[in-house]
Amino acid sequence: MFGYILRRVLQAIPVFLGTTLLIYFMVFAMPGDPIVALFGDKGVNPAVADQLRHQYHLDQPFIVQYLIYIGGLFVGDFGTSFSGQPVANILAQTFPVTIRLAMLSLLFEMIVGIGIGLVSGLRKGKWFDNSALVMSLIFISLPIFVIAFVFQFFFAIKLGWARPTVSGAANWGELILPAIVLATVSIAYIIRLTRASVIDTADQDFVRTAYSKGLSRGRVVRVHILRNSLIPVVTFLAVDFGVLLVGATVTEGIFNVPGVGRTLYQAIIRGEGPTVVSFVTVMVLIYLVVNLLTDLLYAALDPRIRYGK
Amino acid sequence: MRNVKIGAALVAVAATVALTLTGCAGGGGNDNIITTNGSEPQNPLVTTNTNETGGGLILDSIYAGLVYYDAKGAPVNDMAESITSTDNINWDIKIKSGWKFTNGEEVTADSYVNAWQYGALLDNAQLNSYYFDIIEGFSYDKSTPLTGLTVVSPTEFTVKLAAPQSDFPLRLGYSGFYPLPKAFFDDPKSFGENPIGNGPYMLAEKGAWKHNVDINLVKNPDYPGARKPLNGGLDIVFYATLEAAYADLQADNLDVLAGIPDSALKTYKQDLGDRAVQQGAAVFQSFTIPERLAHFSGDEGNLRRQAISMSINRPELIQAIFNGTRQPAKDFTSPVIAGWSPDIPGSDVLTFNAAKAKELWAQANKISPWSGSFQIAYNADGGHQGWVDAVTNQIKNTLGIDASGAPYPTFGEFRTAVTDKTIATAFRTGWQADYPALANFLEPIYQTGAGANDGQYSNADVDALFLKGNSAKSLDEANKFFQQAQEILFKELPAVPMWYGITDGGFSTKVSNVAFGWNGVPILYNVVKK
Repeated sequence: MFGYILRRVLQAIPVFLGTTLLIYFMVFAMPGDPIVALFGDKGVNPAVADQLRHQYHLDQPFIVQYLIYIGGLFVGDFGTSFSGQPVANILAQTFPVTIRLAMLSLLFEMIVGIGIGLVSGLRKGKWFDNSALVMSLIFISLPIFVIAFVFQFFFAIKLGWARPTVSGAANWGELILPAIVLATVSIAYIIRLTRASVIDTADQDFVRTAYSKGLSRGRVVRVHILRNSLIPVVTFLAVDFGVLLVGATVTEGIFNVPGVGRTLYQAIIRGEGPTVVSFVTVMVLIYLVVNLLTDLLYAALDPRIRYGK
Repeated sequence: MRNVKIGAALVAVAATVALTLTGCAGGGGNDNIITTNGSEPQNPLVTTNTNETGGGLILDSIYAGLVYYDAKGAPVNDMAESITSTDNINWDIKIKSGWKFTNGEEVTADSYVNAWQYGALLDNAQLNSYYFDIIEGFSYDKSTPLTGLTVVSPTEFTVKLAAPQSDFPLRLGYSGFYPLPKAFFDDPKSFGENPIGNGPYMLAEKGAWKHNVDINLVKNPDYPGARKPLNGGLDIVFYATLEAAYADLQADNLDVLAGIPDSALKTYKQDLGDRAVQQGAAVFQSFTIPERLAHFSGDEGNLRRQAISMSINRPELIQAIFNGTRQPAKDFTSPVIAGWSPDIPGSDVLTFNAAKAKELWAQANKISPWSGSFQIAYNADGGHQGWVDAVTNQIKNTLGIDASGAPYPTFGEFRTAVTDKTIATAFRTGWQADYPALANFLEPIYQTGAGANDGQYSNADVDALFLKGNSAKSLDEANKFFQQAQEILFKELPAVPMWYGITDGGFSTKVSNVAFGWNGVPILYNVVKK
């Protein structure tokens, strides 16, 4: 087990180097001069522009820029944004917010999605199952910004149950509404996934055996059906966590969440290499860790899966 | 058993979340603080390095310069006692004594001169450096000090300009001309995070600028000037989108909103009733057809530009695309500026006239037959697609030529192509005034070799009229020359005027006395909390 984890961690190093190089190159290759954009519609003073290019190392060839960036990483320097802020500070401000949002969202997905999916699967073809399927179809087909605007208007502006936007503190309570919006689409998928998996498992021999041993229905559902049905759902949730981290741009914009998506989007538009690469790198690292945890979770859920010596 | 534990844990987490929710439902309740929307400053908060509205809004609140602009855009002395000149070249500036920065340092003539010297020096790479190019000693090639600045006494300094400027006092309200305390020069970097000013407001505390979130300003009790705040402070919230800010306004979570999202343009007057604001702002929109494009030079080019301008129905477009939230252009400046005139000779080329447009186009075809297609480039990240498509469509329908929009994905890409003159199509141009003068809409754009002359326009007569205007004894006299220059511009259309910007906005039920200034920015110090 320990050897397996060590091997996975070591594998992360080339992935890390590869992604930073690739992303840095993509930002470098982006057409347009970010320094010119800094001047807005006003005249560009060429001498000042040259000074600024020098300051942000933009006058260097690509590989030198990249090495300067990577060199900085080793001493904990992630570079600075055009507003003069260390990128490390921006990371420290935005990631906790987005991770809170993603975790809250994941929690809703698990409770509502798995719950409804399990009941649906156990009562296949009944009215509950049918209405759950129709509801999930509706949520899958609605674009997320529609859901976001409707929820914001209805729950925040009309009913006043929550603030329409998130304040600077972005605490758990304020993030509930955006988290529910973010969760809606995935909940629909999880309902369907769980339902199919439960139906599948319920037909297995070991379930029949468990019943014939005289176990209670509740215990059979909990220990034998649900647990064995969760593997595909857990896989989906792990992937979804990554998507929630990077793909929340639209929702973060609508609810003004000071998180990763919005900051990254602005950094891309402004061509701020160090900011973009640092954000993507941290995302990649989180993704790798989540993937590792998922793989370990498989073993916990299904005793047949073991990670070798 | 393990599953039971997982279930119990989930319930526990859910309960915690519910508790946090109820615990945090309160909050707010700030005494007499006005909340308003802004955007994250793109640069450190340094007067000579801030050239965009996000940072500008903050600097104008925490600094007092020599003059400030009232709601109509007229300059009013703030720190200045007098600004005088006999020849428009040598200016004598006397300042009021007894003003202090919020760290206790006295504001003297040195505070101004040192700030301007710093801003002008090329080695300091300040984005507003071009602002000092009118002062003697400025160079775009070498990092040289401004020799035109001389400190006479702690309350008096003189400025020698490189050329006459009749509107020099008018320029001095722009944030680039604010004074800076000694603390700035000791450590510009950390100063940019926690600026120290002498204005109506000051930062609430060290670290009041919470990046990408908001900035908290409180009333500066020692500010002796005329912009005394009628409220206790400002919380400028940085919104990612206007939609989010508008939602907050509707829920009374935001007091003053400048700007209405496109999605609410149709409904905001109904939503807000008498809390909706709509008024002119010093913003001018146009598109530029450079002379170097094939078929657009000399007489042929002038004919074609006029034909294109006349084939656009501006009022109809504004209604269809912007719900009437623009004003059709009548000249090259802005109606909120003193000296603006809607009937400069030649301005009829801005009126839709299909027959005349076709006729002019046919005349141009006699010089050289038209070939190819006409395109207007724009940045796709700025909401320009709608009007560009509509404009090119009207040109297509009126003149019967192939016309379309040419999008660039980002503003940076678009401006790079425009400023390095590689762009092979017409392109959108816009100007937001730095200071309320006709000259500011004309000189930086149409003077030969000027900084924002993206179309590389050059006309000796226009340059001569600008010079005459700058040497004039009074602003009224100067404006006559600038209007004459516009008469020439109407013939050659170095930019095709489209419309003037309008500020729309609104305010919450919790505040009153909300008005917007000449530049479309709310006059926050006058806002009163009920």
